[in-house]
Amino acid sequence: MFRWISQTITVMLLGIRTIPQRLSSSAVAIVGIAGVVVVLVSVLSISEGFRKTLLGAGSPDRAIVLRNGSESEMTSGLLGTETDIVKQAPGLAMNGTRPLAAAEMFVIVDLPKRSTGTPANVPLRGIEPASFEVRDGVKIVEGRMPQFGTNEAVVGRAAVREFSGVDLGSEFATGQLRLKIVGVFTDNGSSAESEVWCDAKIAQGAYNRGNSYQAVFAKLDSVASFDAFKDWLTTNPQLNVIARRENDYYAAQTQVMSDLINGIGFVIAGLMAIGAVFSAILTMYSAVATRTREIATLRALGFNTMSVLVSVLGESMALALLGGAIGGVIAYIGFNGYETATMNFQTFSQVAFAFAVTPRLIIGGLVGALLMGFVGGFFPAVRAARLPISSALREL
Amino acid sequence: MKYLYLVWRNLLRRKVRTLFTLGCILVSFVLYAFLMIVRAAFTMGIDFAGADRMWTIHKVSIIQMLPESYLKDILATPGVRLATYGTWFGGSYQNKPNQFAVFATDIETYLKLYHEFKVDPAQLKSALEDVQGVVVGKDTAARYGWKVGDRIPILADIWQPVEGQTWYFNIRAIYDGEKTVDKTQFLFNRKYFEENRRFGKGTVNFYMLKIEDPAQGAAIAKAIDTGFANSQYETKTAPEKAVIADFAKQTGDIGAMITAILVVVFFTILIVVANTMAQSVRERTSELAVLKTLGFQDGTILMLVLGESVFLSVLAGGIALGLMAIFVGRGTFNTAMLPVFVLSPQALILGGVLAVMLGLVSGALPAIGAMRLKITDALRRN
Repeated sequence: MFRWISQTITVMLLGIRTIPQRLSSSAVAIVGIAGVVVVLVSVLSISEGFRKTLLGAGSPDRAIVLRNGSESEMTSGLLGTETDIVKQAPGLAMNGTRPLAAAEMFVIVDLPKRSTGTPANVPLRGIEPASFEVRDGVKIVEGRMPQFGTNEAVVGRAAVREFSGVDLGSEFATGQLRLKIVGVFTDNGSSAESEVWCDAKIAQGAYNRGNSYQAVFAKLDSVASFDAFKDWLTTNPQLNVIARRENDYYAAQTQVMSDLINGIGFVIAGLMAIGAVFSAILTMYSAVATRTREIATLRALGFNTMSVLVSVLGESMALALLGGAIGGVIAYIGFNGYETATMNFQTFSQVAFAFAVTPRLIIGGLVGALLMGFVGGFFPAVRAARLPISSALREL
Repeated sequence: MKYLYLVWRNLLRRKVRTLFTLGCILVSFVLYAFLMIVRAAFTMGIDFAGADRMWTIHKVSIIQMLPESYLKDILATPGVRLATYGTWFGGSYQNKPNQFAVFATDIETYLKLYHEFKVDPAQLKSALEDVQGVVVGKDTAARYGWKVGDRIPILADIWQPVEGQTWYFNIRAIYDGEKTVDKTQFLFNRKYFEENRRFGKGTVNFYMLKIEDPAQGAAIAKAIDTGFANSQYETKTAPEKAVIADFAKQTGDIGAMITAILVVVFFTILIVVANTMAQSVRERTSELAVLKTLGFQDGTILMLVLGESVFLSVLAGGIALGLMAIFVGRGTFNTAMLPVFVLSPQALILGGVLAVMLGLVSGALPAIGAMRLKITDALRRN
């Protein structure tokens, strides 16, 4: 057993040491596999980043209440009287005698996207003072808090970056609504940072919405009180609403986007992987071909077939791993943190996010690369192991 | 042409290598075709939008409603031939938000505007006569197995009905159309919508109009929008093409992403093919020298090697594009992901050009090397 291992290692090292002699064809295999990993990792980093942004907006100790039958704020609608009842539900965190729950309006406003100059559906949220208490991650990083009862607005940092016309200090008019941006906020990189926030009462007037809202956001006094909160709401005959934990709500919103990107991403990467395996096979066949005499000599000296087979496979996997690592590095340098915005079709509005090349994706890419190296090296390895010694020695 | 046989024999001397190189190129072109299909789906047929159609929406955003009374003003605008209105309904079917567009509209004028939607006249008549009647696209009908006469419940989200939460519709007609036509829409009578919705009566989401002369589009848009300026409901009118293009851009720059992926793919494949050719030339050094000795011109040698790489890539590219074209042409794909499933002739032509380019570029260096071979050196080498 030990002898077998040492034989295999010797042959493998010999193979790897002679790679420089076959540099061009080895480089082809490396480039092929690096290409697959770059594309796979960077495409998947889009859905990873999108997910991170939306999930960052949710917390298990917060709940969102929508009209029954609605999947998102966009399609929901609650009357002011209904939101008042929701705020009386049990299980809410309190600030003194005031429940931490905010009725919010959610509409969109057309603003030009900086990157293209074309109109984009920017989310505009009508908020209440309690909104800042419910979302405890929100921090004003520039300017100040808005004055309620006025046309002052604050804007998320990502929205400032992606859309024009919402810089600090600027004023923009949309229909009857005239807003003055007095502050910029962050929320740990969540999707809230893509939004413009102003007093719900002002927005209702400008949008002819009467006294109506889209949703109630509530902070629970503990993660466990959600069930009691939900049951009270759904069994209340005055209401026709559904309650979701915020993190579940946002997770559901990422589904369509993730499925789409992962679906297309895997088709692309799958096809590219087939191509890369072919090029690995080519490389390894030619490696075996150029080393025919060398391999035959080793066999004649008494090295067994298994060690030859394993060494060819090992070489192929080493090349693949190198390619995978190069691909991972390129994807990370090129795309990690790349900021952009896309449409969240559930809310019909823009979400700004950054591509996220996570360790999970890199490891996935490397595993994929090793797999391609194994498949690509297998048949050439078998061929090397089976070379008839006598005729192989005679080959040029 | 008389050297084709020689090119062919040279490719056959290393069958495994030729086969896998062909495989690599083939896969790349399949990928190319796939990405072109994805792009066509994402741009939602910008190329196929009607040049003579325009949309009017609320200036603030598409979700705001406009009064239905605007229709007569729009129709009275010089240059407007036909106009109708519609409202985005949303809703969900079988517990999933609808992945097909549901519009409340005046079906008759809508179908005149979108004359590429082909409906059987008798079916259309019955759809107009039944207040709950629906004209639905062939792809959506096939996806859910709907037939004419089926009763479809749609759960409301935005538009709550007067009673309960569900709207009931009767499938009365199924429309078809060319491959590039979106066959997923679900159109129902506005009359039913007006009678049965709890709020918002007398308002619409958007107007669609057909104009006499596309060249007058900008002037007509201006006339309409100025007409409603300073009212409570200001409008924004734009050609359908521009509306669709802007909307597609909201998703992100799909075109740039696809180009980036294709650059990586073709760069990789270029290296693979170039390496194959270089190996093949290296192996045949003495053979090429013999050919030269026999009197083959340098140019002919160059063409022989280039011919090989071009032959390889055009053969593989041709097979891949041909197969994909057949695959796409064979049927419709009822996925919500790709509502339009087309491989345009432009994409096929560009693919062909890419195949030739790939062959030329990948063969260039080895071919030049072969051309420059000195007979004496080459025969001595090895």
